[in-house]
Amino acid sequence: MLLEVENLTTLFRTKRGIIKAVDNVSLSLEKGDFISVVGESGCGKSTLAYSIIRLIDSPGEIAGGKIYFDGKELTSLSEEKMRKVRGKEIGMVFQDPMTSLDPLEKIGDQITETLMEHIDVTKKEAWGIAREMLEKVGLPPDRVDSYPHQLSGGQRQRVVIAMAVSLNPKLLIADEPTTALDVIVQEKIMDLLNEMRKEGRAIMLITHDFALAAESSDRIAVMYAGWIVEMGDADRLTKEPMHPYTRGLIESVPDVWVDREIKPLPGFPPDLAKPPEGCRFRPRCPLATEKCTKEPPGVEVDGRYVKCWLFEVE
Amino acid sequence: MAEVRNLATTIFSFLPEAEGRYMVLTGLGIIITVALMAIFAPLIAPYDPIKSSGDVLQPPSAKHLMGTDNLGRDVFSRIIFGSRVVLAVVFSASIISMIVGVPLGLISGYFGGKLDRVLSILMDSMYAFPGLILAIAIAAVLGPSVFNAVVAISVVYVPTYFRMIRGQTLSLKSLLFVEAARAIGATDWRIMRKYIFPNLIPTLVVVFSLSVADAILTEAGLSFLGFIVSAPTPDWGFELASGRPYLPAGYWWMITFPGLMVMLLSLGFALVGEGLSEIYAPRRER
Repeated sequence: MLLEVENLTTLFRTKRGIIKAVDNVSLSLEKGDFISVVGESGCGKSTLAYSIIRLIDSPGEIAGGKIYFDGKELTSLSEEKMRKVRGKEIGMVFQDPMTSLDPLEKIGDQITETLMEHIDVTKKEAWGIAREMLEKVGLPPDRVDSYPHQLSGGQRQRVVIAMAVSLNPKLLIADEPTTALDVIVQEKIMDLLNEMRKEGRAIMLITHDFALAAESSDRIAVMYAGWIVEMGDADRLTKEPMHPYTRGLIESVPDVWVDREIKPLPGFPPDLAKPPEGCRFRPRCPLATEKCTKEPPGVEVDGRYVKCWLFEVE
Repeated sequence: MAEVRNLATTIFSFLPEAEGRYMVLTGLGIIITVALMAIFAPLIAPYDPIKSSGDVLQPPSAKHLMGTDNLGRDVFSRIIFGSRVVLAVVFSASIISMIVGVPLGLISGYFGGKLDRVLSILMDSMYAFPGLILAIAIAAVLGPSVFNAVVAISVVYVPTYFRMIRGQTLSLKSLLFVEAARAIGATDWRIMRKYIFPNLIPTLVVVFSLSVADAILTEAGLSFLGFIVSAPTPDWGFELASGRPYLPAGYWWMITFPGLMVMLLSLGFALVGEGLSEIYAPRRER
């Protein structure tokens, strides 16, 4: 196993109370896996990603659980050692390519800085690698001399990906990498991520776009209000969703080719400072019963993880 | 002459086509003129600034461009030599304020937490005090001298830098490229130095100009009260004080010209600051 997250809990201590943005989440990734974490805004998917590279700022903290990555336990690693993991072993691609590059520095400088931070190379060698990286992500290598404002959104996102993979990390976490881009560019960026995966990297895609997740990943983890409510093979999960939330989510995705009514999920995700008792999806769930006032167990059904009373085996 | 024109076009083309351009150029013109005056004072001044020419309280004439004072000294020459003290005090004070204020603001804004609370409260309470009064209080405690005046003025402007830099750091910190730098494993120190500080420079230039403009007035105030130089050293604010008793009797030139110079130099820096901020961060509708 490359990455194993066990019972991870990340919470934020706010004035309104303790918010468990990630609550008792477990998941694992093999080398070459492509997993998508899907959910609405505020369900904790980004917090999960930031927890893995331990970039949770005060007042947030990782309150429990373990993260095993490539033989190391990350939650107990010193900040010094964690810094070496970031970038070198786990790369990160951010949502907004407009602000994820320093406007004052050339593309080449930004890539080489990452390199020189972590490995022992001369400036010249680093610039050579930077050119190679740009070529790899489909940009002309002479773009090293450009400034971010001279590139389009898609090109910038390519640069960000080039930076993230320049140190050949074993895991690449992409937090909504295509949200700020149009569909055509989105597709190209996804292809690029797939290429990165073919080189043996594991990819974790954080997205709210179910269609995108279904199309590109091997596995999907659906998050709701800090929980993983369903996780399994992407194709099967999309075709036969089990958890009522997943069903609702899939039904709310518009489809250009099929003339079917879009059924938006009624209601809003709960306020995590005061989550509903029992199942957190209960207030919005069409199938809620008396049982649901207690926290549902996470069960394994047919190779799929579901956290719902409907699938409890007696 | 050709070089001068070349230099002018270079500066001109360097500034983007924006409304603030002319403000900046006018301000720079004033500052450069005064700076040249200070540097070449002995060559420009027609008379010795501390020796009497014999004719007391002469009105402005071809012989004495700005007249003479009660001791017969040439006011024009005293103004030229006086620019040295003003510029030296104001510049060194502003640079010291910057050296102290910028790192504090950066650290405070970047790390936040208790340190930030303490520093912010401290700086805000200093900022709440009228600048000149605070400077007078400090200068009075330290005693009159050029060095002490520099200390007093630099203390007054530290909060100005601190507040601006802290605010900017807070907003820069939330941008993704800073987050991205953390995600590639950059240290806090490196992030502050390589990613945040360079993005602060435009703001810093503006704040520097504006705080120098203000410091000129503070310097003049301190000098007027006798906290910086003593007779016979010329300094603009000091000239105002020595000319004041003669104003009611109609000897207007002893006080008018130094006063105009203080205003003009302060205006020069204010124009540069306002012009640059207009160029870098246009706020008003055009």
